[in-house]
Amino acid sequence: MSYSDKVIDHYNNPRNVGSMDKNSPEVGTGLVGAPECGDVMKLQIKVNPQTSVIEDAKFKTFGCGSAIASSSLATEWVKGRTVDEALQIKNTEIVKELSLPPVKIHCSVLAEDAIRAAIHDWKKKQEAVKPAAVEAK
Amino acid sequence: MSTDIKTLPQTELIAPNGVKLPIYMDNHATTPMDPRVLEEMLPYFMEKFGNAASRNHSFGWVAEEGVETARERIAKLVGATSKEIIFTSGATESDNLAIKGVAEMYKEKGNHIITAVTEHKAVLDTCKRLEKYGFRVTYLPVQKDGLIDLEDLKRAMDDKTILVTIMAANNEIGVLQPWAEIGKLCHERGVIFHSDATQAVGKVPIDVSKQNIDVMSISAHKMYGPKGVGALYVRRKNPRVQISAIIDGGGHERGMRSGTLNVPGIVGLGKACAIATEEMPKEACTLAGLRNRLRDSIMSRLDEVYINGSMEHRLPGNLNISFAYVEGESLLMGINDIAVSSGSACTSATLEPSYVLKALGTGDDLAHSSIRFGIGRFNTQAEVDYVADRVVETVQRLRELSPLYEMAKEGVDLKSVKWAAE
Repeated sequence: MSYSDKVIDHYNNPRNVGSMDKNSPEVGTGLVGAPECGDVMKLQIKVNPQTSVIEDAKFKTFGCGSAIASSSLATEWVKGRTVDEALQIKNTEIVKELSLPPVKIHCSVLAEDAIRAAIHDWKKKQEAVKPAAVEAK
Repeated sequence: MSTDIKTLPQTELIAPNGVKLPIYMDNHATTPMDPRVLEEMLPYFMEKFGNAASRNHSFGWVAEEGVETARERIAKLVGATSKEIIFTSGATESDNLAIKGVAEMYKEKGNHIITAVTEHKAVLDTCKRLEKYGFRVTYLPVQKDGLIDLEDLKRAMDDKTILVTIMAANNEIGVLQPWAEIGKLCHERGVIFHSDATQAVGKVPIDVSKQNIDVMSISAHKMYGPKGVGALYVRRKNPRVQISAIIDGGGHERGMRSGTLNVPGIVGLGKACAIATEEMPKEACTLAGLRNRLRDSIMSRLDEVYINGSMEHRLPGNLNISFAYVEGESLLMGINDIAVSSGSACTSATLEPSYVLKALGTGDDLAHSSIRFGIGRFNTQAEVDYVADRVVETVQRLRELSPLYEMAKEGVDLKSVKWAAE
């Protein structure tokens, strides 16, 4: 297997590695994949509740170099976007950016899934806290 | 793809402890040729270029003499006689010739073949093809340590069984099967015993008489010889084994394998065997020492590292370990100045993790995390130390990146997590 320069760069210098408090209402966590399949991605976003802008993103990935690169790139791309904009990110864009070969396309799909899962988790938390916020007014 | 980058460094580098990079530690895939083998081969390309089948001039006689010396050297290494050695293009051909040749020759006697699930594809796929032609094949499971259970073998044998084909040493986990016992069971029942000994010949002592092996596949390039040449041992007495040819033509090799002999390659295989006969006892000790040093150096510094397969019944140079919570291909990428192999799905074309490791009952997660180290004749202690350090630091780095390691450290039982499938 040969890797593109960008995959190697993300693998050697992964961006935004780490974890955030998954219990915080501002944090959305997406955990996708399965150990048996050889890929698990955890992607977390911290969202400003007023603007819906993703202010921070972190990831940890168990998987091949392309999986690590796809999730690292995903954290870079979601940062600064609103959640709705982040939902527009397509796996095909990740494939293109990282020059992933056909056998690695599933890594990009998993990264897209991780973004969606993190946003879904954040939205669920927002719905749970909303009624309380209304009452406070 | 637009930007293909070779992962191995293109230029020769020197590591801080003085070892040359990249380091080759994948000696189950192939071995570098021993310079003494090359030296022996060289005259047979130019001055001694004759066809060993040319019976009426000196060019042919000289080539034939080279071939016959090689035949004797191979026979000596494995306890055979030179007339029992047939030259082939390599172990894949030898496996095909052995299994198809026996099946064809003995089909009147029975149609049942027994093999094991951890065999090399050259054996498994040959058996699968025979199934299409009406043969019945039993694929024996292996135990947790990679060895077959002899009771399973006994139970599988019936009055239609004509062939048992079980490898001597596994190419992934280096596990040695109990050949002598398998051979004895076969002989008691009049069944032919073939063994794919590609990884074992020249590495561990083999004696086809004592171990009751009837047919045995041999490869040159796994034992510091050239690629493209191999041999098949075929027993001539007690019992006399006959095999049908799969390549027809000029009737070379007593009709069992037609085709002009690859004289330089055969001379190289012979020399590789002669060296092994001399040096195996000492070399096996050295390799086992280096292998154990590598194992101890890695395992003393990392938790949750698991050895795949029996440590007791194993090739001296083999180490196959799983690093929990780290995916094998990403580990290979991190140690790209070292050539080793992984059982991870990502390194195979099929996206399936190693079928050998799965057969041991290793979970898919640990199969994805496995690395095979194959230490060989030309590896040094300094290289082993460098490899151990690089593996440890890379596993530590990737575990920092691994959500699974984090969850395990938090006390989450990963088996109880409901994973969202892709």
